[in-house]
Parts: sequence; structure tokens; C-alpha cells
Amino acid sequence: MMRGILDIDALNVRFTGRNSHFDALRGVSLSLEQGRILGVVGESGSGKSVTGLSVMGLLPQQASITGGRIRFRDQDITARTPRHLRGASIAMVFQNPHAALNPTRRICDQLSDVIQAHESLDRGAIRQRVIHLLESVNFPDVSRRMGVYPHELSGGLCQRVMIAMAIACSPSVIIADEPTTGLDVLTQKAVMDLLFRLSRERAMSMMLITHDLGLAAQYCDSIAVMQKGTVVESGSPANIFSNPQHAYTQRLIEACTTMHPAQPHPAGKTTSRKRRPLLEVSNLRKRYANGHLAVDDVSFTIAPGESLGLIGESGSGKSTLSRLVGRLLDPDDGAISFEGRSIGTIGAHDFFRAEQRPHIQLVFQDAAGSLNPRFTAFDSIADPVRRLGPARDPGALRHHVEKCAADVGLAPALLDRYPHQLSGGQCARVGIARAISVDPKLLILDEPTAALDVLAQSEILALLERLRREKGMSYLFVSHDLHIVRMICDRMVILQNGKIVETGNCEEVFQNPRAPYTAQLLAAIPHFRPASQEAAAATGTEFAGS
Amino acid sequence: MSMMQTFRRRIGARALASLPALLGVIVFTFVLMRVLPGDPAVYFASGPNAGQAEIDGLRHKMGLDRPMPIQLAHYVAGIMTGDLGNSLTTGQPVMHDIQARLPASLELTLTALGLSLLLSLPLGIVSAWYANSRWDQCIRTLCTICFCIPPFVSAIFLIYVFYYIFGLVPDPTGRINIFTPLPHDITGFLLVDFLLTGDPAGWREAAGQLLLPAVTMALFVLSPLTRMTRASLLTVMNSDFIRTARAMGLPTWRIVTVYALRNALSPILTTIGIVFSTMLGANVLVEKVFSWPGVASYALDALVASDYAPVQGFILLMAILFIMVNLLVDILQGLVDPRVSME
Repeated sequence: MMRGILDIDALNVRFTGRNSHFDALRGVSLSLEQGRILGVVGESGSGKSVTGLSVMGLLPQQASITGGRIRFRDQDITARTPRHLRGASIAMVFQNPHAALNPTRRICDQLSDVIQAHESLDRGAIRQRVIHLLESVNFPDVSRRMGVYPHELSGGLCQRVMIAMAIACSPSVIIADEPTTGLDVLTQKAVMDLLFRLSRERAMSMMLITHDLGLAAQYCDSIAVMQKGTVVESGSPANIFSNPQHAYTQRLIEACTTMHPAQPHPAGKTTSRKRRPLLEVSNLRKRYANGHLAVDDVSFTIAPGESLGLIGESGSGKSTLSRLVGRLLDPDDGAISFEGRSIGTIGAHDFFRAEQRPHIQLVFQDAAGSLNPRFTAFDSIADPVRRLGPARDPGALRHHVEKCAADVGLAPALLDRYPHQLSGGQCARVGIARAISVDPKLLILDEPTAALDVLAQSEILALLERLRREKGMSYLFVSHDLHIVRMICDRMVILQNGKIVETGNCEEVFQNPRAPYTAQLLAAIPHFRPASQEAAAATGTEFAGS
Repeated sequence: MSMMQTFRRRIGARALASLPALLGVIVFTFVLMRVLPGDPAVYFASGPNAGQAEIDGLRHKMGLDRPMPIQLAHYVAGIMTGDLGNSLTTGQPVMHDIQARLPASLELTLTALGLSLLLSLPLGIVSAWYANSRWDQCIRTLCTICFCIPPFVSAIFLIYVFYYIFGLVPDPTGRINIFTPLPHDITGFLLVDFLLTGDPAGWREAAGQLLLPAVTMALFVLSPLTRMTRASLLTVMNSDFIRTARAMGLPTWRIVTVYALRNALSPILTTIGIVFSTMLGANVLVEKVFSWPGVASYALDALVASDYAPVQGFILLMAILFIMVNLLVDILQGLVDPRVSME
């Protein structure tokens, strides 16, 4: 076997609970070669993050390495990763950059902390280095903004700071653990391009941990697919995609929305007939108290049974718009009418009494966080029925809730569980069941799959598509992912800075984008093109603002 | 300096917002004192055999025969001009008594709080860093013991051991030996005044007198501060940015102080505010045991004597101190955490 710069050999990691244990890694072997990028792909719980943490010596207390070895260059770091290696030779970039930075420390100080931990330089030299690092990650307006706190920055900029910290002492290996999860598509591309460029320029090796096979395929030299703590398949991206050996890899490839052009979905043709729109929004405007104009003169309609996609990056006003339509926020100006009757004038605080409340329901982004932690799944689903639906005796209510659960593919046994006992995908199902339990006509879905890994995401999308056909609901589907919208929606509206920049049939927009911003969005989607992969990534333009 | 302006506006707004609460405190204590059984005129009559005429005369002199709303109006008008009434027991204006005694209480409380923080922060850090280890167990047991023993018991125990058996500390009565010449009264804090007048011998003497009562109070509040430090640090140490700091290879000491403790400070500050206010009130036991001439023992004596004015003055003082401490904690919170908005 070829010796790489970082070798993991038959690694076993065990989590020990009070009276149980669980093997998170079972004989994982990986080898990272000098200057290469290795993608470690798998769904949540497959052990890919545990692998990264074992290398850094950052396993949680209840976990221990029970077998195998990790070798960095010629040093055995299985038992302990010395402090002088951490950060200086092997660095790590984490997901959720906002939480990964110290909230009470200026970003320039956090960067100097890292440099000071490994090198003794005088103040001026450190400051020079910090400025240089921030410039090399394309941090805008360095001299003025290096003194800000993390909460004053967007997620994309925080991730740039995180990357600057990781490369501060020129490590030879970077472990990037889901570096772009939670970032929108333009920022995701910018961050990945940055990591790619830095690793090529500085001949750093990188281990990219992700659940997105498409992303891994675009940026990595080789890929290892993990499932349940073992590596089930590894090879070059081209090999894995053209000839997947393992059944699990095949499922991942099928679930990958970005890998192949989605077929126009069958329901897409049903709504072309002219009918009275279910929802009509005209000239909607919303300005927040801090003066930020979140929604600026937006108009659109949704026909009965139609699915409209609302696309935009973070801060584009799409969530505000969905809250305005869902009547959780009051617009400053403009009209919202539902089935021909104005609902924009009913105050958001009174709307729960309006007869339209059961007909407009919402599914939220953070599936687990939007469930009451003290409610069982049954209570969560039954709650809107008790408040909005016709009066039912306990037996009928139980029957109704079980039927809703069956509609969303939630096993009856799970109904008595609390949110923390459910997986992300199961929580998402509870959220959807809760929304459809009062038979709404319009379902507002605010990034319902953003927090899910690819397999769970594809299941939820299929479920939503089926529910819409069966129940004839209309969707307002909010997302930053063009591919998902293309799979689920007939038409799409693209928002930028609170304004509509493009509206149209999904296929038309994909084939022939009219607005330059739409073209930019389309170009930022990870496309896997085996032959031209490297060239595409190298010339990919970066968008500094995020 | 827009920051200073914001501070100033905020302090002003706070002061205004606290006025109704202060008025409530004044009215409540005023009415309560008059509803309680006991008649100051009877207490202060010349002797147990004083006739009704003498008592009525006293009542008239003290204004107690007028309707309660008028008495209240007089009292509030007096407060406006800084007059809290006269104490019947000491014969002095209450304002004067409080001015003379408050520094003694504050000196004791602040020293005790300082000692307690010096002990509880390191203990909390050790306890959190080595959570569930033997060290952690020992510290938690110590906290429980300190919390369970009432201050007057620990005071007597400390006096027994350090004064009676070992003789390490001076006679535990009062702030200073009566034969020691007092420093010129500058701040009222003896330790500060001795320092300012350059009298190290006097300073050592005052410090010796202060030590036992301060330790007693410190032990009393050791437990809440240590427990809060431990809990707050444990939460912070599980957060992502601590993992980042470790992944970047920062020295452990720097992670504990700059990354963990700094972010754990917010709940600790709140607890310090609460503990400080509690200590001012709870001082009374310690002040009694050590004959410490503070405001709490003054108020207790007055209460026993049905002497209205000092009790009312004391409660008003406590309310004002409480509001000021809360304001200070809020301002510190803003400095500690940049995310706390100044509005």
C-alpha cells in the first residue's frame, strides 16, 4: 500500500454510553496523499465526521479509539495528536461557521491567537500576517473590517475567516468537515473554489467531508464512500459515478439532485389552464424597523394545484416573503388575496381566528427546532387539529392523526416519541404531517430539506410531490437550491435583494435564463463533468460578496 | 463618544423606570410599619408606668395622631429634601446614621464578595474542566457544606478556632480596637482611609478585624458562585468554538481563560449581582455576631424598638442599592458580550 501524508489504518472508534456502546468506526482505512483532495462521502451517522475528529484528537469524552492506527508523515498520532501539530500541520475547517468562531472575540484577535500558539512573532509581524491571510481568503475591506465580531458577518464571510485560521500556519493537511452546509449556492461555490484554489496553490492535502456526492465529485481527486462506520467503496470520481459497485453508492448517486438533469415532473402540465388564482400577491413591500427593505414591490400568483418555487440566496427576502404570505408578518404595503378575498389586511396577530388559517399552513426550515420539545409527535400533529379543525372525540382524533402520519410515511410506533428521539428526516415528516393535518389548500415550505442529508432529502421531496398530487394542494416552495425547485415546481420566481429578477416556467428558466443573476446562480450549481472537471473548477469565478 | 452617550441615556432611562418601584417600596414599608403591632410612643414613654396623657402627648409630638395619608405625604416630602426622619433610638437623623454605617456594611460585603470570587472562580474552573472527577466531587461536597451551615454557626466556629484556640486574629468585636486612633474620615472605608492617611499599622489592625466576618460571609456565598461558574463553563466548553480553538492548537490555559471563561461570564455576572444584594441583607447575622456597626444591625435594632424611620430608610436604601447593582450588571454584560445590544 502506498504511504500518503496521512494514513488511517483499520481504525475502530467506540462510543460508550452508561450501559451500552456503539461502534462509530469499524476498520476504516484511508490514505491522503501529498497535495491531493480526498472526498469522504456518506449520510449523517456514517462516521465521516468521527474520522476527521479522530485525526485531530478531538473525539468527545465518551468516544475512544479501540483499534487501528493513524499516521501523520512518520509520526503515530493514534493515541494523541500533539498540540504543535494541531493547527500548524493539520488544520480543520468546521461546518456552521457562526458557531465555530468565538462570539466575544474580534476576528483579527482570533487569527492572531492561532499564529501566536505556534510561532513567536512580534506584534507588527502578526498583524501583517493577519491582514495577508484575510486578503488571501478574499475577505472584503480587510483594513476596516478586521476588527469586527463574528455576529456582524454573514455565514460565508465567517467561513472565510475560519479558512484563514486553518491556513494561518501553512498546514500540510486540511480537514474540511461539511464546510458549505447551510450556506446558499453562490456562497457554497465561492467557499469551495477558495478551498480548492488554496489547496492547489499551497500543495496542501485536503480531506473534504461531505454528504453531497456531487460536490465531492467536482472538487476531489478521489472519493471514499462511507456507510455505518465502514468505507464501502473508494476510487476516482469518474469511476465511482460511471461504475458504482456498492448498492449504497448507487443509492447516493440516484439521490443526488445535482448529478443528472431532473426529468420535468409529471404534474407540471396540469396547471396551464387559466383558472382563478388561489393566491394573488400584488406590490408587496416590507421594511424592517432597522430600515432594511426586505421585500420590495413583489407580485405573483399561484393557481390551485400549482407549485411555485421561490429562489434566492440568504438575505434575498424569501423567508420574509413566505412569512408575509403565511400571515405571520404584516406587510407595509400591497395586497394578498386568497381565493379572491383579501387577507393582507387581517393583522398577523388576529389571523389565527380567520377562516383562512387552516387553508394556509407552513412547513419550517429547522425541522427539529420547529417542534415543541415537550410535545410527542402525536401531540405536534394533533395540535393544529384541536385548535383549527372540527371538534373530534379522542378516538376520531387518534384515527385522524394516524392517517396523517401514514400519509407522510411515519410509522405509528414513532408517534409517542419526542423530537429528540427522532431523526432529522422523521422530524421533517412530523412537520409536514402537522401542516397537512388541517387539509390546507396552500402549503408554504420554507427550505424544508435544508438541514437533511441527501438520502433523507430525496425521500422528503418524493413525499411532497406525492402529497401534492394526492391532495391537490398548492405549494409555495422556498429554497436556495435550483435543482430541488426544478424537481418540485412548475414555475419559479427568483428574488434578489427583495426584488423579483426573473419569473418563468422552470424548464424555460433553466434552458434560457434571461437575468444575469439567474445565469450566475445556474453556473454556481456543482456540476460533475469528469473530463473538464479540473478546468472548470480552476477557472470558476468567485463571488466575493456573500 | 457615542458609546458614552448611549451609556448615559441608558442610565437615565433606567433611573426613570425605577421611580415607580421606589415609590411602591416607600408606600409599602410605610404602611407595613404602621400596621405592625407595637406603638413607638409606648416604647419611648418615660417608663412602664407612664400615663395615657404622657403617651398621647408623645404621639402628638411624633405626628402619629394625624391621618396616615398625611403622615405619608410628610414622609415623602421629607425624602425629596434628603430627610429620612429621625431615629428615636439614636436620636440622630436617619440619613446621618446610614451615612455613618453604610461604609462598614459595604466594606464587609465587598471584601467578602472579593474573597468569595477569588475562591469560587478557580474552584469552578477546576470543577468544570475535570467534570465528574474526584476533584469535582470534592469541590461540590465543599460547596454543599458551606451552603448548609448558617453564617452565624460558621462565624462562631471560626471565632472559636482562630481567636479562642490559636489566637491568630484580634478580639472579634467591631471594626477596630477602641484604643486605636481612627483615621481621618475620608471615604468611611477603614481600609481605604488608613491607606490614604499612610498608617500601615492601623491598616493591619482593621484588616485583622475584617478578616473573620468577611470569611464567614464569603463561605456563605461560595456555593452559588462556584456552582454557577461550573455550570456556565460546562455549557460553553461543549460549544463549537472551543472545539475550533483546540483544533487550532491553542494552549489550554488560553482556551480556559480567553475562550471559555470570557464567554461563560454572562450568567456568572448575573449571579454576582443577586449574591451581592442577598449579602447586604443577610449581613445582619454576621454583623450581630461580630458587633459590626453596619446598617443591617441598625435596622434590626430599630425594628425591635418599633422605630419607624430607620427601618423605612434602610429598606429604601436596599431598594436603591439593588437597582444600582442591577444597572451595573447590565452595563457590564454589554461590555462582556458584544452581542448584547445597547438598547
